[in-house]
This record gives sequence, structure tokens and C-alpha cells, in this order.
Amino acid sequence: MPVAEIGNGVVRVLRRVGAGTIDMIARLGYAARFFGAVAWNTPAAFRRIHLTLREIYFSGVLSLVIILVSGLFVGMVLALQGYDVLNRYGADDSLGVLVALSLVRELGPVVAGLLFASRAGSAITAEIGLMKTTEQLSAMEMMAVDPLARVVAPRFWGGVISMPLLAALFSTMGVYGAYLVGVRLIGIDPGAFWGNMQAAVDVRTDVVNGIIKSVVFGTAVSLIAVFEGYVAKPTAEGVSSATTRTVVESSLAILALDFILTVFMFRGVA
Amino acid sequence: MSHAAAPAAPAPAATRPEYAVELDGVRFGYDRRPVLDGISMVIPRGKVVAIMGGSGCGKTTILRLIGGQLRPDAGRVMVAGQSVPDLDRDGLFNMRRKLGMLFQFGALFTDMTVFENIAFPMREHTELPDELIRDLVLMKLHAVGLRGAAELKPSELSGGMARRVALARAIALDPMLVMYDEPFAGLDPISLGVVGQLIRKLNDALGITSVVVTHDVYESLKIVDYLYFVSAGRIVAQGTPDEVRASGDPFVRQFVDGEADGPVPFHYPARPYEEDLYARR
Repeated sequence: MPVAEIGNGVVRVLRRVGAGTIDMIARLGYAARFFGAVAWNTPAAFRRIHLTLREIYFSGVLSLVIILVSGLFVGMVLALQGYDVLNRYGADDSLGVLVALSLVRELGPVVAGLLFASRAGSAITAEIGLMKTTEQLSAMEMMAVDPLARVVAPRFWGGVISMPLLAALFSTMGVYGAYLVGVRLIGIDPGAFWGNMQAAVDVRTDVVNGIIKSVVFGTAVSLIAVFEGYVAKPTAEGVSSATTRTVVESSLAILALDFILTVFMFRGVA
Repeated sequence: MSHAAAPAAPAPAATRPEYAVELDGVRFGYDRRPVLDGISMVIPRGKVVAIMGGSGCGKTTILRLIGGQLRPDAGRVMVAGQSVPDLDRDGLFNMRRKLGMLFQFGALFTDMTVFENIAFPMREHTELPDELIRDLVLMKLHAVGLRGAAELKPSELSGGMARRVALARAIALDPMLVMYDEPFAGLDPISLGVVGQLIRKLNDALGITSVVVTHDVYESLKIVDYLYFVSAGRIVAQGTPDEVRASGDPFVRQFVDGEADGPVPFHYPARPYEEDLYARR
């Protein structure tokens, strides 16, 4: 292969990488400004609180089934797997502790966040994207109504408020599922199950940290969902790829943020 | 949402009160692709004016410039004596409260009923009690003949009905100017006639001004007072319906007679046919 051609190929690759990087940074900057604009429009949106309540119903209440059922099954599997390991060391009494800590600290916020992104996040993106495609957002602007205040901010806050509640319910159902399997099915002493759990789970370090995680995940997923819908290309293809991007970006964001938050919350090995 | 009064409007520069809209030497382009290349037109108060041209000639862009959704690269856009590009956000929103716009496919809010769609601008911009809003909405719906459809969802409406509901919503706040973006696109002949008649009747009954962007020449000639023909970003012809019918201008003739080829070529620019066929490898 002639040298000039290789050189051209390298330049092409570099150019593509550079363009991709610049695009990504520009998009991040735009997303940050968008977040600012949503925050700015929040008081206007809260003045008619029924809009946000409606969105809490759509993202929160309508996600209940998937969250509760998943929580129950995750808790039941955790109990089975946990019992298998704990039993080898004669520590079956700690099953309640294992399940509660796993759920409250990690699985509750993370799995509920992932489910929330695919159930509610994708729906929010598709809805806003379709409103844009069918010129409903333009029509609103022409009626002197800001879509950021009327459409985007309520959906964003609906998600932010729903997510911690869903995560809490997920953990609760998980603990109940573990109780069904551990106590009712396997026959662990219920006093030990609940008593050890109560003694080992700390409100500030475990429960509050879990809630902080779920608030952060809820904010991230809701922001990604409204942003992707708002900037979606106004075509069928554009909306479908925006919906996919919401789920992918939200999932990655949740897992990456989870690592960062856990690092901050980690109490050391001592 | 209510907005504070607009700051002092920019001084009207040589505008005339009889014009609802004035465009003067307006240029506009998306990225580097020019769309409008020096458009000048006036839309007198109380008239129905059509802006005609083929698809993609920049007609809708003109409406977006008038509504302040886009800013011109050069030239003046005046609405009721105010320079639209110079308005700040509040000023722009105040101006838009005096405008109504009917979008190409209605752009009705799909999560609301017909009734709620028309009540939407009233609820957003006024503090009227619910009973009064109800009466007003029913009046607007009656004006477009769809009082009986108040409780339907937009998905249950035919194309023509959706267009009429959008029309009722556009006049919900008794605007000074109503802009119609392709109001006839995709309608059956009966609906087309109904929408055309409504545009004319509402214009005269409510004393508003109407701008109709369309490529439907027959329907427009029946209802409008004046027509502008736009092609490749420029105004290529203009006149009253009678002048247009009698016009010998090749572009107007091609448009009115629906010829496939003429000043607007049938073929998209390409290299010579023969060369293209032999170029196959």
C-alpha cells in the first residue's frame, strides 16, 4: 500500500475521532444548558402542580407493577443464593442482613433505576419526541407557552420524585420476597431473620445512602429522557433512535454513577 | 403561564398601520443553504393573503420568521409595527398571544380532548372561570361546526375535522393575525371546500388578517385577496386572483395550469443523461 494512502487513512481516522469528540463535548454542553433551562422553568411548572402530579402518576404509579414484581423475585433469588453460601459457614441467621444490605445499598436503587429507565424513561423520550415530530411543541411555542415549562419540567420532576419511591418499594418487596423464601420456605428462625436485620442495617450509612443513590439515578435518567426526546430528530427514525439512546445512556449512567457514589460512601476495610 | 408586560417596543421604523405584516429584503438560510433570498411583501390588515410556491421553496420558513421562531440573516420582519427579531423573549411571547397559527397537520395535543385543546390557550393566558371558558370553547367549536365533537380525542377525528379543530384553537384568543401552514394538504374535496370557506368567513367575521401558505392554487384563488408566488427563495410573481388568472407570466402559468415542466424544471439538477448512463463502471 502506498505511503500516501496510509497517511490519508490515518488522517481520516483522526478526523473522525476528532469530529466525534467535538460532537460529544458539544452535546454535553448543550445538555448542561438544557438542564439549566429546565431548572429555570421549574417554578413556572410547579405553579400548576397538577401537571407534575400527573407525570408522577405516569412514571411512578404505572411503573409499580414491574417494580414490585421484579423486587419480589430479586429478593427471593437473593435469599436462595445467600442461604446456599451462608449455610456452609453456619451463618443462616444472617440471611436477613445480607438481603437487606444488598437491596438497600445497591440492588434497590440500581435495579429499580434500570427498570425505571426502560419503562418510564423510554416512554418520556418517545412522548416528547413524538410531540416534536407532530409539531405540538412548535404549536405550544406559537401559543406563547414555553414547552420547557409545560411539557419538559413536569416530566423531569415527575421522574425525579418517583424514582426514590420506586427504589424504596423495590427494596421492601425484595426483603419480603427473601422472608417468604428464607423463613417460610427454608425455615430460618423469623426472630433471627428480622432481629439481625434490624441490628445490622444503619439508617444513615445504609438507608440514607441508598436514598441518595436513587435520587441521583432518578435525576440522571429523567434528564437523559427529556433531553433525548427534546433533541430527537423529528422523524420516525429519529424518535426510535432517541428512545434507544435513552435506555442505553441511562443504564450506563446508572452503573457509572453507582460506582462513583459507592466510592464516596465506602467506609473502608477496617 | 402569564408574562410581564413587554418592555418598551422598539420604535417602529417607517411602518404603516394598515399593514399587519411587513417583510423587507428578508434573507435566511439553514446552515449555509440559502432558503430565502431577499423577500419583500406586505400583508394588509383585514385581508386574506396567500403565499404560494412548490414544496420546499421556503414558504413555511416565512411563517416561522413572522412568528419569531426563526431570525432572519438580513432584512426586516415587522408585525403590527414591531420588529420581530428585536423582541426579547417576553416581548416575543406577548406578540405571539396576538397570533394564531394552524399547523400543517393540525398539531393538536394528542393527550387532550378537542375541548381541552381549544381551552388550552385560554387556560394558559387568562384567568377566566371554567364556565366562561366552556362557553367560549363551545362558541369556537360551533363556528367550525364541530360542537358535537367536543369530547372526542384527536385520534378519533378525520383529517378535515382535525384541521377545523386546529382552526378553532388558532382563533381561541381572538388573534389579530392567523397564519395557516398548508391548510388544504391531504384533505378530501369536501373538507377542502369547508376549510377554505371557514378561512374566508372567520377572517371577515372576526376582522382578523390571514396568511395562507399553500400550493393549492384553485382553492386559494377562490378565497384570497392577494397572492405572492415564491420560487427558489424569491418572489417571482404577485397579484389579485383576477390578475393571476389572466397572467401570462410563465411561472404563474406553470403553477396555475399544473405543468410538469417550465420555469420550475421537472428534473433535479444533474449531469447530462447520456454521460450518466455511460459513466457506469
